[in-house]
Amino acid sequence: MIRRGREQVAAPAPVEGHHSLPRLLAGMDPGGAPMSLAEHERIHGPLPQPSPLELIEAVEMSGLRGRGGADFPTARKLRAVAAGRRPSAVVVNGSETEPASAKDRLLLSRLPHLVLDGAMLAAMAVGAREVVVKLGDGAVGSFDALEGAVAVRAADPVGIRLVTGPEGYVAGEESAVVHHLNGGAPLPTFVPPRPFERGYRGRPTLIQNPETLAQIALVARFGASWYRELGTRADPGSALVTISGAVSEPGVYELAFGTPMTDLLDAAGGSTEPLQALLVGGYFGTWVGSRRALGLRLAREDLRSVGCSLGSGVIIALGESSCGLHESAYVIDYLARQSAGQCGPCVFGLRAIADAVLAMADGVGGARERDRVLRWTSEVRGRGACHHPDGAVRFVESAMDVFGDEIEAHARVRCTAPPAGLPLDGGAPARPRRAGLRPGGRGAGRLRGAARR
Amino acid sequence: MSRRLRVNPIACEGHGLCVELLPELIRLDDWGYPILDDAAVPPELVGLARRAVDACPTLALILDDE
Repeated sequence: MIRRGREQVAAPAPVEGHHSLPRLLAGMDPGGAPMSLAEHERIHGPLPQPSPLELIEAVEMSGLRGRGGADFPTARKLRAVAAGRRPSAVVVNGSETEPASAKDRLLLSRLPHLVLDGAMLAAMAVGAREVVVKLGDGAVGSFDALEGAVAVRAADPVGIRLVTGPEGYVAGEESAVVHHLNGGAPLPTFVPPRPFERGYRGRPTLIQNPETLAQIALVARFGASWYRELGTRADPGSALVTISGAVSEPGVYELAFGTPMTDLLDAAGGSTEPLQALLVGGYFGTWVGSRRALGLRLAREDLRSVGCSLGSGVIIALGESSCGLHESAYVIDYLARQSAGQCGPCVFGLRAIADAVLAMADGVGGARERDRVLRWTSEVRGRGACHHPDGAVRFVESAMDVFGDEIEAHARVRCTAPPAGLPLDGGAPARPRRAGLRPGGRGAGRLRGAARR
Repeated sequence: MSRRLRVNPIACEGHGLCVELLPELIRLDDWGYPILDDAAVPPELVGLARRAVDACPTLALILDDE
């Protein structure tokens, strides 16, 4: 059973050039129906027809970066694919295999025309003959909304194909998506060639996240300087953020870059209890102790200062009543199980790391165990065909950094903190625990202070 | 021309011949998979590196020219 945050919709306001938020989510039907083409064009205007150069320059000026997690400058990707001499392809990567993310599903199921507009603009810019939308098998709402949208888009110059596939964590990785679309298993491949050189059907292929394409659809209409009216100088525009955990109203919110973390939590109804940490960037992301995290803004320059990035836009708030060590153990156990099983260091390394962290949470192991885990994380990094092990070890290292001081307390006192219920597809916590004491948590002030630095 | 070793981690099955032939640049992790030295292969070891590449039963070891 997939547990996802409720989709929250900011109040639909009449939009005059979108000079405030929401931009992407403007006019979204709170009832859940996909926006019709007529309503979409009433709100945003018709699909513009910029030349390839105009579009790529506007995207470059806007400073837009990919929203799938890699944070790559979108204009550079467009240029790389446009430079290929052969006919190219555009792939909308709607896999969204990060269990804590809901933004792509929200866009695809409710605002399909915005994403498809972006895909068409990108296709024109790179000279693509075909647009393929890749979805997970379970994304029924997205599939139905896109099918309905494609049927009424008579003016599109390029055909759109919908493809569904298995939903494992690594199935959404670029090379896995291309391999799957080419008839292979949905598993990462050993790159190069990179998809922009040789991807779908051997063509130069632009793979973009749905949110990135939706942003392109707005930049093409309103321009780069409009895009930069929101956000910071280094991180302009707005972003969709999936907020979950110890907040009153978990869901997807559109926020300007530069928004203070405290305002971000308030947007999600505020925290339900004192927080000990935020997980920024999802399961490939990093834990940041709440004292530091709450002083940050949602902006690359702030996040980078504490060694993290927004990734695919996931923020999870961990309350004081939960156990960070246990939650981290469940997540790394999940990530170990999600290995595609192709590369030895990922298969055996993540399993060993997960077992060690699970043992620490259950009171076995101390500083030596922690040192061993940190040796393994440094050895495993960069040794898979895809970045799955890299993201997993980054997560573990941040867990050791933020919750490492609680390891010895866990060896002394059995931890019975209740599970926080982080979404882990197909993987419930290893064993149920009773509500009660979290070593290093409430009632253990000395350790708690250390854990929240 | 500088040369660098690279491994295809999908093809590698941890046979370990490369470590036997080129311990100067390759060591094993706790599970028997090779960890390669990031630095360029020194000229005096290029011959041995080629031997290790040729010996790999799964053709997973690659010597790149840069």
